[in-house]
Amino acid sequence: MKTLTPDAFLRGDGRKGIRNTVAIVYLVECAHHVAREIQYPFREQDVHLLGFGGCYPNEYSYRMLCKLCSHPNVGAVLLLSLGCEGFNRHGLLTAIRDSGRPAELLVIQESGGTRTTIATGRDWVEKTLRELEATPRAAMALEELVVGTVCGGSDGTSGITANPGIGRAFDRLVSDGATCIFEETGELIGCEQIMASRAASPELAEILTESVTKAAKYYATLGHGSFAPGNADGGLTTQEEKSMGAYSKSGSSAISGLIKPGDVPRRGGLYLLDVVPDGDVRFGFPNINDSAEIAELIACGSHVILFATGRGSVVGSAISPVIKVCANPETFRNLSEDMDVDAGRILEQRGTLDEVGSEIYEQTLDTARGGKTASERLGHQEFVLGYKSFDPTGPGCHPTYQ
Amino acid sequence: MDTIQLSPGDNIVVLTKSVAEGSGVSIEDRVFYLPVALGLGHKVAARAIRKGDKIIKYGAPIGSATRDIAAGEHVHLHNMKSDYLPTFTLEAAHTFHRTT
Repeated sequence: MKTLTPDAFLRGDGRKGIRNTVAIVYLVECAHHVAREIQYPFREQDVHLLGFGGCYPNEYSYRMLCKLCSHPNVGAVLLLSLGCEGFNRHGLLTAIRDSGRPAELLVIQESGGTRTTIATGRDWVEKTLRELEATPRAAMALEELVVGTVCGGSDGTSGITANPGIGRAFDRLVSDGATCIFEETGELIGCEQIMASRAASPELAEILTESVTKAAKYYATLGHGSFAPGNADGGLTTQEEKSMGAYSKSGSSAISGLIKPGDVPRRGGLYLLDVVPDGDVRFGFPNINDSAEIAELIACGSHVILFATGRGSVVGSAISPVIKVCANPETFRNLSEDMDVDAGRILEQRGTLDEVGSEIYEQTLDTARGGKTASERLGHQEFVLGYKSFDPTGPGCHPTYQ
Repeated sequence: MDTIQLSPGDNIVVLTKSVAEGSGVSIEDRVFYLPVALGLGHKVAARAIRKGDKIIKYGAPIGSATRDIAAGEHVHLHNMKSDYLPTFTLEAAHTFHRTT
């Protein structure tokens, strides 16, 4: 068993984190400003802002916030409620406290208004940051690491350099026993048969194919795929072309299971995250942007996110660090301060795919050992959570658990 | 090397650098002169492709030709389409606003 780090943050529930973040969480847009004001003075001390804007309750968003607030990288949580929104704040508070994390709830309507709630919240953060200095540490094995991958701002280079480079890193991480998660079934349209041939069981092969069929139907109803104008400017022409490039992020390991947002795999291996809602098309686009996908990967336990970009995304994330792997050498020169890995150098004969894969692997381990990524240094903490609905996954989705 | 063939059976190659209008790109042992400037990552036909044929990249179909395409021609939205979903571009929106 390979040791990843001797001093991971040990949580009350036994899980281990690579960051010790305080999450300030608004439970409706009406509490967003107060939450942001509480967080702002501490933004460079690993205090992150996240939340849910909707006023009406939704099982998916509730589950997402339960999982995110008890994520291994999170040490403590402050919840901000206006007071009349539909979110089950008491259920969330209890779930966080049950996970062994310090948590507090401030209800603005019962706390004297904006100024008083901000002052109370800031006092709580100051006190909690001092307490978190005493967080117990423990050795963490590579087998306990969860890594998610996403691509955004893709172009014609993404599928040649950054995505297959991440695939190489994923192959090494999976053989080390780590958990790796790839996603966006809508960006796998056209690859479903090739992907199904890598499933750990025939039943899972069928489930993987069905998940892509569901995505294709969903997007057909919306009349729009997961394809932005910048993709076409960058040389990508069709959804299935973008898919083939995106698919290569998964590497070549066997696929151990299919998970849905908030499912945390119980053992290492490669998992497909199905992000497209079940049932009739209800709440619009499955994911309105890359940050919504990143939030789902983190809710599935990802400690680190590998983000492949060609056109040049600059985002990071709340809770888990994002490593930006730049596919396009021209973009890298233009946005070098935002990038962590220059994968596009392959196109200029300044490196091989194997070298880029090794660099991504090493950067993943370095980040897990506390090294800051470009987006962390620049203060990026994007977070997006919307409405969705899912059916639970069945036993056929996890053939390796039996 | 200004183009790359990603898989042996592909009928397109990908540009590994941005090229200016009128410049030549080599595909296998032939040189083709491009009538338009093309960005890094764009596709060029490696051989003649008939209307209705699949466009093959990574050894897999990524759509179909909507008209005959000559070897050395830019392959993109104007001469191929998805077999699954329509592709939306800002250009289409701009054209709409220019004409209405």
